[in-house]
Amino acid sequence: MELNGAQILVQSLKDEGVEYIFGYPGGAVLHIYDAIFQQDDVKHILVRHEQGATHAADAYARATGKTGVVLVTSGPGATNAVTGIATAYMDSIPMVVISGQVPSPVIGSDAFQEVDMVGISRPCVKHNFLVKDVTKLAETIKKAFYVASTGRPGPVVVDVPKDITDPNIKVPYKYPRKVIMRSYNPAVEGHKGQIKKAVELLLSAQRPMIYSGGGVILGEASRELIELTRTLGYPITNTLMGLGAYPATDKQFIGMLGMHGTYEANMGMHESDVILAVGARFDDRVTGKLAEFCPYAKIIHIDVDPASISKTVKVDIPIVGQVKPVLTQMIEQVKESKKQPSKKALAAWWEQIDKWRSVQCLEYDRESSLIKPQYVIEQLYEVTKGDAYITSDVGQHQMYAAQYYHFDKPRRWINSGGLGTMGFGLPAAIGVKLAFPEADVACVTGEASIQMCIQELSTALQYKTPVKIINLNNRYMGMVRQWQEFSYQSRYSHSYMDTLPDFVKLAEAYGHVGMLVENKADLRSALEEAFAMKDRTVFLDIITDRTENVYPMIESGKGHHDMKLRVAPGTPTDRELA
Amino acid sequence: MRHIISILIENEAGALSRVAGLFSARGYNIESLTVAPTEDSSLSRMTLVTRGNDDIIEQITKQLNKLVDVVKLIDLAESAHIERELMMVKVKTSEATRAEIKRIADIFRGRIIDVTPTTFVIEMTGTSDKLDAFVKSIDETTIIEVVRSGATGICRGEKGLHL
Ligand SMILES: Cc1cc2nc3c(=O)[nH]c(=O)nc-3n(C[C@H](O)[C@H](O)[C@H](O)COP(=O)(O)OP(=O)(O)OC[C@H]3O[C@@H](n4cnc5c(N)ncnc54)[C@H](O)[C@@H]3O)c2cc1C
Ligand SMILES: Cc1ncc(C[n+]2csc(CCOP(=O)(O)OP(=O)(O)O)c2C)c(N)n1
Ligand SMILES: [Mg+2]
Repeated sequence: MELNGAQILVQSLKDEGVEYIFGYPGGAVLHIYDAIFQQDDVKHILVRHEQGATHAADAYARATGKTGVVLVTSGPGATNAVTGIATAYMDSIPMVVISGQVPSPVIGSDAFQEVDMVGISRPCVKHNFLVKDVTKLAETIKKAFYVASTGRPGPVVVDVPKDITDPNIKVPYKYPRKVIMRSYNPAVEGHKGQIKKAVELLLSAQRPMIYSGGGVILGEASRELIELTRTLGYPITNTLMGLGAYPATDKQFIGMLGMHGTYEANMGMHESDVILAVGARFDDRVTGKLAEFCPYAKIIHIDVDPASISKTVKVDIPIVGQVKPVLTQMIEQVKESKKQPSKKALAAWWEQIDKWRSVQCLEYDRESSLIKPQYVIEQLYEVTKGDAYITSDVGQHQMYAAQYYHFDKPRRWINSGGLGTMGFGLPAAIGVKLAFPEADVACVTGEASIQMCIQELSTALQYKTPVKIINLNNRYMGMVRQWQEFSYQSRYSHSYMDTLPDFVKLAEAYGHVGMLVENKADLRSALEEAFAMKDRTVFLDIITDRTENVYPMIESGKGHHDMKLRVAPGTPTDRELA
Repeated sequence: MRHIISILIENEAGALSRVAGLFSARGYNIESLTVAPTEDSSLSRMTLVTRGNDDIIEQITKQLNKLVDVVKLIDLAESAHIERELMMVKVKTSEATRAEIKRIADIFRGRIIDVTPTTFVIEMTGTSDKLDAFVKSIDETTIIEVVRSGATGICRGEKGLHL
């Protein structure tokens, strides 16, 4: 079959099984858009800003496990995509970004809409390619998908000069079934000896803790994680990125750990003697002060990326490999082993954990006449029966969603953890809804974040992706304000806006339903009404208590055992005093 | 500690910038870096001299290995190896100083490869330490320029870095 470069590109995507491309046209990609026009297999979603395309494709990948695909033009199209590429990179999300480039002969001449996309994207991609020869185009696309989706996943940029997609130059086309790259061989199985040592250590623990992260979701190993955890009977905590890999409603789950993790999870980590870290990367939001991190623990770390191991925290038993096969082997060995966890030690450990739990660190003032943000998430959880896909922006609302929406399944919690990109939530919700049209999809956001990609409301109308936007409107950049309250004597420097738009009218202007919720009493019915409108995008502008803070908190420079609680253990609440 | 890391990398455009970019982005230092194609034209060999404690060197080698274009690498400091660097030094000469400069160059097994009435160019190879020592041993005010290739190295014996 002879095809031109533009056709090869589109046909390659089709052969790769791509369902959606998220993109935005421009001069350098016009040949490609013409090829897209002439087929129906790969559907193109026209966003309103290239950042939106990257977040939508990224969230599509997070929700489905498939690789997200983005198409942008050269120059400004490419630079607009960079924030979304970096977002995917930090959270190890498989994504292929095709960027148009000026024609090969003029590269380097400051041609119209030329930027060095390979150079600009280099520090925030897993890999990138500049296509120099149309006969190598199909193979390059195959390599891009292969690299993006295997090992530790990540975004890959393919920069395609315009002459490569010239409609008049036809070459034979065959999409490779497989590629081999001698320089790229990601680990799969873990080292047997290491796994054996790990199991022995795990079974000898007195105060064990399982700390699992996004790698379990990326590696589709939720089932194995659950089986191992239940078999052992050990407590488990998840990172922000790992939520849902272990059911949050299970009694062995002790909540998220880290800066806004639970008291029991962080105290448990601090006091633990053996930690099993699975697909988690010891991020600074998780560890707090490194010098005080887990002082009594021996640490086992399973990670597919050797560079994640002993990067910030030295570990005792590293296991390089995919979580799934490694956990499977561990389960077998635990079941076969004569040695079993000490029942007595474990009972004492659970007793201690239950004491920490009884502090009830996530309690808040339920009697308040104002709408508390935590209350909104709890109501959202009930109305959606805990079974929605929740995307989020960045700020306090993100933490409330993580703390109060109890994710029982992987891939339901879609948020930007590593880069913390405001503007992620709405385009992400659209990407998820396209993947799962029948599912409830809600975007939990704040009045500042939502304005960063608000233009995608227009995309939501065009492609009929009826998502629900839960705007926790506290009239502040709450997360910034909280830090200013704690660390800058409440000098709220530029953390609020005086002129918020009328979000209800804004939603209506975009052709959607807008609802303002100012009274606590109206919240439940408003949520029910919104989710009952199956075919409409609904923007719920919910006026929440503007002074509320996220607790508990490990302030920067402190350790796990040094948490700031809403109410110090044993102190009576304001209400009890009154 | 000083480490010489030898890297086999796909001979693709941008390979050098991936390595250099990694070092600047992660704040690792590069003392010297040399690159050239190998007998297999699809591969380049890079030799990189860096300093750091064991933890840093471990991260450097892991991060380098993680670059998709890197095929293989070896930390030469981990085993017996030979290190060489090429240097050319241009010095001002006069009737009075010529003999002395030649004598010192001979001691260091340097060769004079260009001569004008007022200058010498001395070529020398050796370990970086030896080249440093030579530069220190000649009168600083006579030096016009010093050009060094940066260190390269190879393992002793049968051990080696190849596909
Ligand atoms: C406002 C804000 C507050 C935050 N507060 C917190 C907080 O309180 N607590 C918290 O936990 N986080 C918090 N974060 C998120 C934090 O910044 C990090 O993104 C997060 O902790 C990283 O999660 P992770 O360790 O699970 O790693 P991920 O980023 O999910 O990385 C996954 C790891 O698993 C590995 N991996 C991937 N696939 C596989 C596989 N198949 N097999 C084996 N290994 C694999 C990868 O190599 C990597 O090391 C916050 C973020 C924001 C924006
Ligand atoms: C693109 C971007 N710019 C700045 C920040 C820093 N930042 C983190 S949270 C936050 C405030 C978010 O405010 P809002 O969306 O209203 O959420 P809230 O915290 O009030 O719930 C800011 C500015 C960021 N994370 N992303
Ligand atoms: Mg806000």
